[in-house]
Amino acid sequence: MTDHTVTGGAAPAGAVAPGADAVGAKKRGPKNWRPLLLLIPAFVIVSMFFLAPLADVFIRSITDPVPGVQNYVWLFTTEANLNVVLRTFGTAILVTFVCLLLAYPYAYLMTIVSDRTRNLMQLFIMMPLWTSILVRTLAWMVLLQDTGPINGLLAAWFGIGPIPLIRTTFGVALGMTQVLLPFMVLPLYSSMSKIDKRLLPAASNLGANPVTAFFTVYLPLSKPGIFSGGVTVFILGLGFYIIPALLGSSKEIMISAMIQQQISVFLMWGQGTALGIFLLVCTILILVVVSRFNKGGSLFPGVDR
Amino acid sequence: MTSKRLLGVFAVIIVIWLILPTLVIVPMSFNEASSFNFPPKGFSTRWYENFFTDASWLKALFSSLQVAVLTMIVATTVGVLASLGLSKVKFRGKGLMEGYFLLPLIVPGIVLAVGLYSLFLRLDLLGTLPGFVLAHTIVSMPLVITNVMASLQGLDPRLEQASASLGAGRVQTFFSITLPLIAPGVTAGALFAFVTSFDEVILSLFIQSPTLQTLPVKIFNSVTQTNDPTVAAVAVITMLTSVIVMLIAQFATRKRKRPVA
Repeated sequence: MTDHTVTGGAAPAGAVAPGADAVGAKKRGPKNWRPLLLLIPAFVIVSMFFLAPLADVFIRSITDPVPGVQNYVWLFTTEANLNVVLRTFGTAILVTFVCLLLAYPYAYLMTIVSDRTRNLMQLFIMMPLWTSILVRTLAWMVLLQDTGPINGLLAAWFGIGPIPLIRTTFGVALGMTQVLLPFMVLPLYSSMSKIDKRLLPAASNLGANPVTAFFTVYLPLSKPGIFSGGVTVFILGLGFYIIPALLGSSKEIMISAMIQQQISVFLMWGQGTALGIFLLVCTILILVVVSRFNKGGSLFPGVDR
Repeated sequence: MTSKRLLGVFAVIIVIWLILPTLVIVPMSFNEASSFNFPPKGFSTRWYENFFTDASWLKALFSSLQVAVLTMIVATTVGVLASLGLSKVKFRGKGLMEGYFLLPLIVPGIVLAVGLYSLFLRLDLLGTLPGFVLAHTIVSMPLVITNVMASLQGLDPRLEQASASLGAGRVQTFFSITLPLIAPGVTAGALFAFVTSFDEVILSLFIQSPTLQTLPVKIFNSVTQTNDPTVAAVAVITMLTSVIVMLIAQFATRKRKRPVA
């Protein structure tokens, strides 16, 4: 507020400091809303092609084919739907858990190696993100098929006949875990790198064995990373479409595929959009609950990598 | 120290499991046999020849490049403007506005895809170039904004003030002072936008039409409907494109850290 005493415009030319002050005052003056105009294009695009489509989905879910909540009643009272919902959540939980088990030691190792090795480890984690999910899924399709190399090795070494790998929940979980692992490693590492290295030796000096020290000291301190990585992996996992469509079986579909099926195959817009709103609400609820629980955690865990 | 070695072995296995499976596509694309079996038999470049002589694959590649370049231009322009706006003013609800722009990152792709399909049906935008560009802009712009905002945070505001006090207008200050200083963030954001659009599948699947499909859509349709090994060659080509673009982006962000620090 003190800057208001400096009036803009009449600053002596040539002197940088007063000039800078004048500009600073100008920014706080009556014209300070002008940079807001720069937000208009983004605001218009996001409103028209993000918010409006979502609103459209919601409106369709309560008006198609007739106004009412019948689509939601259908969603929650049809046993097949509940199975799809349970399967989707189950797969997402499984994938989140496996990602955590794999990512935790990896991220921990990143905190105790040299800078060079750490950069290399980070590069290896980021590299898969540079290849499209479609190409990676295609690769798993080749590897997991009944006549693929994995079944070939199993037959050659152990003489066991082709084990169904593709078109199973295992195949889906394997593909999803590979795609989602980086989203677990990066937040875990960022939270672990802030933990004071001297705490573990201190705990063991005080008589804790390594296991006790880990569970009472290290694990609680890495909780923010576990939460934000876990939430990211879980909500991304809930919405997966490509991998279940290509690696899963049509009998064990997940929510995303069911939405697509209702709309594109059965032309049941109301039911498909109701499922979509259900998925969206679940995602938002998880984010809100976890960000409350995990104070200081970002609402966009995937963004601040 | 043995525990560290054990962790090291574990990490190597993770890295192999992350990277190696994808590479099976490369030998598959040089397979002589017209099947998807691994290991491939013989060596042949026939699937690449197939790709480069098949009008429908070439058309999809061209559409993909066209959409990705236009998306990059739109998302970067609009994203840079929005980042500047967000960084220049403090106002109530600024955090909300930033969150609003980043929201497309967390909404399940299928839900947005259905919404865009419904909206584009009404607006007659299905299978059109503007439709693809707008849909891809929605999911690319958040990446531009996060990259540019990060660059702007490392920018000394006194440089812009000095420029203004020396008589430069806002536009001149932006092009001669601000833009060169945040160029690495803008470049990285633009390249992320390109790759996001080039690899985008789910929105594209819903808004495709027989007249306009992008390469990932054609790959998806080919995988689910036919058994044409040309798709392996196409996958290698898209993989190389994304990796090259991302390496450039990586290089751009590396450079960013030096002048700021």
